[in-house]
Amino acid sequence: MELSLPTTVPLQAYLALAAILFCTGVWGLINCRNAVRVLMSIELMLNAVNINLMAFSSYLDGQLIRGQVFTIFVITVAAAEAAVGLAILLSLYRNRETVDMERFNLLRW
Amino acid sequence: MTIASSTQLICFTVLSAVVAIGALGVVLLPNIVYSAFLLGGVFLSVAGLYLLLNASFVAAAQVLVYVGAVNVLILFAIMLVNKKENMAAIPGLALRRLLSGAVCAGLFALLLRVAFTTPWATPGPEPVGEEATIRIGEHLFSDYLLPFELASVLLLMAMIGAIVLARRDVMAADIATGEPADQGLIEKTRTPLLLENTN
Repeated sequence: MELSLPTTVPLQAYLALAAILFCTGVWGLINCRNAVRVLMSIELMLNAVNINLMAFSSYLDGQLIRGQVFTIFVITVAAAEAAVGLAILLSLYRNRETVDMERFNLLRW
Repeated sequence: MTIASSTQLICFTVLSAVVAIGALGVVLLPNIVYSAFLLGGVFLSVAGLYLLLNASFVAAAQVLVYVGAVNVLILFAIMLVNKKENMAAIPGLALRRLLSGAVCAGLFALLLRVAFTTPWATPGPEPVGEEATIRIGEHLFSDYLLPFELASVLLLMAMIGAIVLARRDVMAADIATGEPADQGLIEKTRTPLLLENTN
């Protein structure tokens, strides 16, 4: 039986790649104990969302490319989030002298 | 199959492999500096994917903002908090990893099922290709003008907030009470406020 390869990249391939990236990010967000790595996982998840938006914008909305505009806004918000997140991390590190997520438990019950 | 489409297919395969393996490396590598550089590689590959999708402006923005700003910021943060510390073992860590791995696998299966069973309306309208930058400009200054202006306010707020959060207490006097500020925190002569009693 001849294996039929697609001649162009299908939309589903981009969606599957974004799903892989998003799930990796979620796993890292839950499991990593270094706070910097948790922030990196958040960036991975935001990139997965951006890939989805761009794929839909190119395949389903080729004339009005609203997905690309949304991607620009997501990139802007991600930059702001990274700056504030790392500032919070530095402030925490100054007070706690650790980056272990398990020890940031001041608000725990 | 033409040369153009096969080139596109090969580029997509290589870039997506780099993205997937790089993301795993970001999460799993023991040395965090390596994972930060791998994260830069992932961002660059995602920019390559945007180029495959006829979006040169967003690809350039991705390289400038993510690789040039966010990744460098993360590297600086690693440099500032780089202390070798042995994280204390906590009970049930292996179980937690397994459980969260199962949850992520379930989420992945759900996303794949949605992606492959939904009848997407492909092929859509013809993509605009190289005119994408012009279209984005028109969008930003007509129907997306309000979010565009709000984004500038958001960036200003984030900048001021980051400065306020990350700076040390450098004012000579407390604003609220007028008393001299606690300079011990600046000079690191005093132990930090929230340090746990390790007894």
